[in-house]
Amino acid sequence: MKLLTGNDLASGAVTWWTGSGWSLHVEDAADVGEQGDSILAAEEAARRVNAPYIIDAVATPQGPRPAHIKDRVRALGPTVRLDLTLKPADPAAGNWVI
Amino acid sequence: MYKYDQYDQAIVDARVEEFRDQVRRRMAGEMTEDQFKPLRLMNGLYLQLHAYMLRVAIPYGTLDSRQMHMLAHIARKYDRDYGHFTTRQNLQYNWIKLEDAGDILADLATVEMHAIQTSGNCIRNISSDQYAGAAADEVTDPRPWAELLRQWSTFHPEFSYLPRKFKIAVIASDEDRAAMRLHDIGIQLVERDGKLGAAFYVGGGMGRTPMIAPLIKDFVPIEDFLSYSEACLRVYNRHGRRDNIYKARIKILVHEIGADEYRRQVEEEFAHVKTLGIDPPAAELERITAFFAPPAFEAGIADSVDRSDPDFAVWLDQNVKAHKQPGYAIVNISLKKTGDIPGDASSAQIDVMADLAKDYSFDELRVTHAQNIVLPHVAKRDLYAVWQKLVEADLAAANLDLISDIIACPGLDYCSLANARSIPVAQKIAKRFADPVRQRNLGELKLKISGCINACGHHHAGHIGILGVDKKGTENYQLSLGGSGAEDTSIGKITGPGFDEDGIVDAVERVTDKYIQLREGEERFLDTYRRVGFDPFKEAIYG
Repeated sequence: MKLLTGNDLASGAVTWWTGSGWSLHVEDAADVGEQGDSILAAEEAARRVNAPYIIDAVATPQGPRPAHIKDRVRALGPTVRLDLTLKPADPAAGNWVI
Repeated sequence: MYKYDQYDQAIVDARVEEFRDQVRRRMAGEMTEDQFKPLRLMNGLYLQLHAYMLRVAIPYGTLDSRQMHMLAHIARKYDRDYGHFTTRQNLQYNWIKLEDAGDILADLATVEMHAIQTSGNCIRNISSDQYAGAAADEVTDPRPWAELLRQWSTFHPEFSYLPRKFKIAVIASDEDRAAMRLHDIGIQLVERDGKLGAAFYVGGGMGRTPMIAPLIKDFVPIEDFLSYSEACLRVYNRHGRRDNIYKARIKILVHEIGADEYRRQVEEEFAHVKTLGIDPPAAELERITAFFAPPAFEAGIADSVDRSDPDFAVWLDQNVKAHKQPGYAIVNISLKKTGDIPGDASSAQIDVMADLAKDYSFDELRVTHAQNIVLPHVAKRDLYAVWQKLVEADLAAANLDLISDIIACPGLDYCSLANARSIPVAQKIAKRFADPVRQRNLGELKLKISGCINACGHHHAGHIGILGVDKKGTENYQLSLGGSGAEDTSIGKITGPGFDEDGIVDAVERVTDKYIQLREGEERFLDTYRRVGFDPFKEAIYG
């Protein structure tokens, strides 16, 4: 599956395309499939999100997970400061981030 | 320390307002990211993995308690209650909001600080010896000359768009505590026949092509200091490559044309530059130098220290260094407690260090390129009180220059350029060697970790260096041995195939075990490595 991600313009926070807007939670990310480039172009024009790009991901029972470690770290937050993740640290985070 | 005059303050204030307007226009959608990015980078604002990152300049690593408190205030108010001290003697905030950037820069400006030229292809923050003004072995305090370079390079119209970023270090001792020869220009102030001058080393650096700067001129009379610097930059600006980012640093130019040809061109350029009159008049030099006059040391105070508390004695031996003034000492505050993130300090800890500087160190602090903090002028009679307060603040790790005093870049936990995480590796190694007796037995051992080839973690200069790479989508760590950023500068040699995160910790331990086995007398790890060579260690690592 393919996900569209970027960083929120105002806060810089990692954000994920949900199919109709942007979410801070990777679990909300939608598979953009073959539509990624056109969505990306439209969103770049809207200038709400910085430097959006398309990534490979895999579907899991817990939701989509980025394929590459860099985007998994982006999705969770720093692996060395789980207290700073977007929401209470996922106890299983270590199993999917790394 | 230096205090802004009206010109310094005016240009910083003007830049704050300019950037505030640029942020407003970007937020309003009047600028694209492509248009905005170079503007935010000129103000030290990066976009990293999780948020914007602001890099604040700490010129030559010197600051006072008022500035340190402001760094804590910003961390508390705008970030997530901590800051990260870097190998450029700067401080980075990892969770900045674009909408707050103008207010943050305005707050910094109130204490004569900014983030200008902490990014971009310009002359970056000038670095220096963290013991400047306190070290017994310096020929002069290098900071007035670093400050002169700061003023000269700030908004220098000719050097705002160099082929690539440009880093300068200034020291004034034979002992190099600033990795001077691994800079684009490394300057060592020296004396000859009673006159002050400067030795210029040009074309050093780390990154993907590490090089040790060759000596370009052994003695530049001090009255030619700026003109010679300008000539060095002009030759680079004219001939440095702009077609290939990987070959754009001055080290590539000096290497390709050779040190002799580079020197010839600099001399030719210098003959012209010297006619331009850019070297400051004596009165201006005196004005700058006066800011760095020694503090009002007390004469005749006790030069001995009560060592009856054994924990204090350990810290004293490891973290406290000799001061040129009898009765005083240099205190190193390690930001490397076992398990901590190298270089990180909470707002509360930053405040504690500021208070200690105010109360015990003539209101001065230094940031070191090894990501620690220095209180440069502490009376020996106060050392025990300082230590007790550091203990209370969890800042009393007695491990300066030991294996757990690790330099580590933010790595893949924060940095968009990184290929692998640095911090967890540093934490695991620190835990593996947590036994303080074992660490001290190993002695001076500088371990440095970078999460990518850009080498912000100075891995090339590590006695033991670790480079994180991306190997088919997984983190892999290369080991190198024999590097040094000191006066015996050397580049580490890669041992062979890399390791995973746990494997690299084991590999480091095999290296240290081998060192203990081979060590003779008081040899440091680096001494033993240089005596016996690479092969015994390679065999120990790979079998």
